[in-house]
Amino acid sequence: MEIKEAIEKMGFPIIPDEKSGAWQWFDVRELKLRYILSVEGIKKFYEGLKEGKLLATKCKCGRIFFPPQKDCPSCKKSEMEWIELKKEGVLETLTVIHVRPTSFSHYDPYAVGIAKLDDGVRILAWYRGEPKLKPGQRVKVEIVKRKEGYLTYELVPI
Amino acid sequence: MSEAAIIGVGHSVFGTRRDVNIPELCWESMKKALESANLEPKDIEFFVVGNLGIWSSELAVPSIMAEYADLAPKGSMRVEAACATGSAAIRVGYTAIKSGLADIVLVLGVEKMQESPNPNVIELIGRFGSYFWEFENFGLTFPGYYALHASAYMMKYGATEEDLAKVAIKAHYYGAKNPFAQFRKEIDVATVMKGPYVAWPLKLFDCSPITDGSACIILASDKKVKEMGVEEKVWILAQGVGTGTANLSKREDFTSLASARYAAEQAYKLAKIEDPAKELDGANVHDCFTIAEIMAYEDLGFCKRGEGYKLAREGQTYIGGKIPVNVDGGLKAKGHPIGATGVSMAVEAYKQLLRKADKGRQADIKNGRWLAHNIGGTGHYAYVTIYGLERR
Repeated sequence: MEIKEAIEKMGFPIIPDEKSGAWQWFDVRELKLRYILSVEGIKKFYEGLKEGKLLATKCKCGRIFFPPQKDCPSCKKSEMEWIELKKEGVLETLTVIHVRPTSFSHYDPYAVGIAKLDDGVRILAWYRGEPKLKPGQRVKVEIVKRKEGYLTYELVPI
Repeated sequence: MSEAAIIGVGHSVFGTRRDVNIPELCWESMKKALESANLEPKDIEFFVVGNLGIWSSELAVPSIMAEYADLAPKGSMRVEAACATGSAAIRVGYTAIKSGLADIVLVLGVEKMQESPNPNVIELIGRFGSYFWEFENFGLTFPGYYALHASAYMMKYGATEEDLAKVAIKAHYYGAKNPFAQFRKEIDVATVMKGPYVAWPLKLFDCSPITDGSACIILASDKKVKEMGVEEKVWILAQGVGTGTANLSKREDFTSLASARYAAEQAYKLAKIEDPAKELDGANVHDCFTIAEIMAYEDLGFCKRGEGYKLAREGQTYIGGKIPVNVDGGLKAKGHPIGATGVSMAVEAYKQLLRKADKGRQADIKNGRWLAHNIGGTGHYAYVTIYGLERR
């Protein structure tokens, strides 16, 4: 039963539960969520993707951050250098998301993996390839365009 | 410093509760807790509400309950720590009593997850962790987080999907004996193995359900316990708390939860426990997914790293085994109303230690100590609490 229909039938937006018959008030105030997130501090990361580079931040103290981080808690400085990652490493774990969130329902079941790159940092991304996990599986990071038309990165077996 | 004892408990029936709204659901457990503590709402000095709440309509649950249950104008706080919300609420109540700021605190955990349609709940729960780097970009779901642990664990130690199934079978075995559980039906390996994949290698029966429910405990200081002459009580002996990174990719390995190991270490140190499997009479661990229970055995030191699946395989965590775990059905069969779960574990500790558990699921109480392990997210938060019959 639609809410409109319920109002006509019951006099209120009330629809009895299919199983138990318990009366349920269907909220007439619907909320759509869409967040606005600042990426100002890591905009070089996106400029890098456009040039086919996977960038991380590196503090003067030598600490590398991926996902890139603007501030270093080790030395409390914020003078980061942007470095290019080597885009190769070892796949450490893998899953295939069969039950997808509604906002990803336009994709087929997708594999998500975590790899440890040769630079020492780990990366989580979609995995393009047969979803089998075996010890020491080498992967590379490819920068690709996703369905929605913008750039992202994927793990691909070598 | 005062110690804190649980002097009353209440628990609602967990499940699909379309018959009640939020305050009615809360009152079900609050009423029982007040009655078992022999207290009136006016006796409560401070109250804490554990509620994640993003899927339900009412945000100001403490205020809703102040009105519904005559707790106004007492002080209150709403607490959130993902799936460890209930234990975080207990933490607030526990510290209020330890510090001497209050002598009687009510701790309520509640979740009405089914006020939103299932797809919305799946969408919202998956956003826990690093929203931007994991969800927005790669659509990682909550079962997906634990599936990443399951496949790493299986690859490293050779555990199988059948081993994981053993955890679910035990949960349903005891859930069938718990009148408050969402699922009260036993299952077998074939049922689990036939289930569709939710997030490979986890299948439908590896996952805890979406649940409505509430649980409530009342904490009192030594002074009050003495003053009221409370006979039936369970002390909080120790609590350890840990936090993990938001991004899973910032962690060193996926076969264990570092925050849980950290919390356990603190709790054992405070409670002076050296061999947990021998010194505890049983435990409730956070089995939101079957793999989570297996990792918990290891993180809590019930066995060595890499041997958790063997405990499951050999049935060592049934009553009569090495250490009984989740003999109330666990999150898997009892249900997992996020904010209520940690409080429900405290209720179970109280019942087990005082030998009030239902027929067929009462553990032998020899040491008078019970453990609760409650995880928020995938080790994003970890609480390990030790309850005991004897005051520390």
